[in-house]
Order: sequence, then C-alpha cells, then structure tokens
Amino acid sequence: MLGFGADQLLADMNRLLAFLFHQGVLDEQYLQLQQLQDESSPNFVSEVVNIYFHESEKLLRNLRSLLMDIEFSDYKRMGIHLNQMMGSSSSIGAKRVRNVCVAFRAACDYNNRLGCLRALELLEHEYCYLKNKLHELFQMEQQRILAARVRYPMQN
Amino acid sequence: MNVSEKTVRGDGTNNSATRNRVSVLVVDDDPTIRTIHKALLSSMGMEVEVASDGQQAVNLHQMGASYNLVFMDMDMPVMDGLQATRKLRAMGIKTMIVGVTSRNFGSDIQDFLQAGLNYCIVKPLTIEKVTPLIGEVIRNM
Repeated sequence: MLGFGADQLLADMNRLLAFLFHQGVLDEQYLQLQQLQDESSPNFVSEVVNIYFHESEKLLRNLRSLLMDIEFSDYKRMGIHLNQMMGSSSSIGAKRVRNVCVAFRAACDYNNRLGCLRALELLEHEYCYLKNKLHELFQMEQQRILAARVRYPMQN
Repeated sequence: MNVSEKTVRGDGTNNSATRNRVSVLVVDDDPTIRTIHKALLSSMGMEVEVASDGQQAVNLHQMGASYNLVFMDMDMPVMDGLQATRKLRAMGIKTMIVGVTSRNFGSDIQDFLQAGLNYCIVKPLTIEKVTPLIGEVIRNM
C-alpha cells in the first residue's frame, strides 16, 4: 500500500498550506506563484522562494548590521532595504513578513531606533517561521513525488 | 479586445501573432521580483527582457532596443527609477513606462509619476493589474 503514501502526503501538504493561509503567514499571491509552475518549469515555486530566502537573509544581515552600529543614523538606507524586503515578500505572498516590514518602516520613518530594534527581532522571528514552514512544504512535495513513483507490485 | 488574441506565443514562423507580440522590459534590482515578473508576463504571452537597475535600462535604449512597455522599480542602486524614467523621456522614449513600487505613500508616488511615468502600481504585479495596461499598449500599436 505504498502508493497511498503520495495521497497522504498531498493531504498533509494541503492541510499545512490551509493552516498557513489561516494564520495569515501566506496570502493569495502564493497561489499565483503556484499557477506559474508548469511542466516547463516544474520547480518554479521552490526556485523563486529560494531566491527570496537568499536575498532576504542578506537584507536582514544588513539591517542588523546597521542597527548594531553605535553611531547608526542612516534611516534612509534602512528604509531602502525595508522597501526591497516588503516588495519581495508581498510578491511571494509572505503576508506576515510583509506586515512586519510595514511596521518596521513606520519606526524607521520616525527615526525610532528602539522601535526599529524591536521590529527587527519580530521580522527575524517571522522570517524564520516562514522559512521553516515553506521548507517543510517543499520536503513534503519531494517525498510525494518519490512516493508517487512507487509501483504496486500487481501493476508490474 | 481579448488580450490573449494578440499576445499568443508565436511558433517561430513569420505570422501575425509573432509580429504582434508585446515586448516588455522589467527593471528591478531584486532577483526575486525579476524572476516572478518575467514568469508572469511570459505566461501572458509577452516577450520579456530584464534589467537590474535604471542605468542598464537606459543603456539598452541607447543601444537601440525598444519595447512596448517598461515596468520600472522605484528604488534601485546605480540609477533609481525616477532618474531612469527622466533620462528615458529626455531621450525621446515614448514607450509606456509603469512604475512599480512597494511604497504606498502619495508623495513618493507623485514624485515618481512626475518623473514621466504613465502609471504607477504597488507591488505585487498581478494578472489583474497588468491586463488593462497590455490592452492599452495593444490599442496603441
């Protein structure tokens, strides 16, 4: 009954996705990404999301580096990093990450360093949560593909 | 008009569908955005090129490239979207240029529009946002 593994994994994936939507972690923009995945680009979603992870981690490092500088005053530069993270997060449907960026941006606009520090911690937390959940989803997808390739002995 | 009638992918032969294909330049420094926008616009049947900053976009036009539509990000290194838009208009480029930004503040968007944009939209780019723009481009072709 190994073939049922693929069905079970698909059900688990759908449950996880529904959970992430319900929690507001993802929004309908993620579904638009899935619609761009087809036979000619079967790994489109995971490829784009991995690009997003790579770029976001650079931005988060830059933001932390700016704020940890005792003489920090370059709120404009911080704002630019935040705009980029807002844009890419909204484009992959990372709703909660995007919302934290908006709040972070507001603190930045008021030159509120303490507010920025708090927002950064929340942003790092939300980003880590998103990354873990999407990795879980992609792993399930890989396992589902492998399980779907298993033949029932009777079919041979 | 059904946008897809005129943006059907050509099959490489010299037919009207190929000749009428809308060409688009996506200008954005974020590789995530470039990848998504290219895939989205290609899925709608458009021919898409990308540039990673405003200077590259200007260079492409200076080398003789032309497009039916340009999607221009606001914040970019080297040359931002406002400077690039002003430069393209100063070069006499009449192409529809649509600003794409994460910002939602009226004053920022006003400055961007005054640089010479036709329209400005807030990220993310979606089929719903793009379709009326493509319709207008095709009507003017």
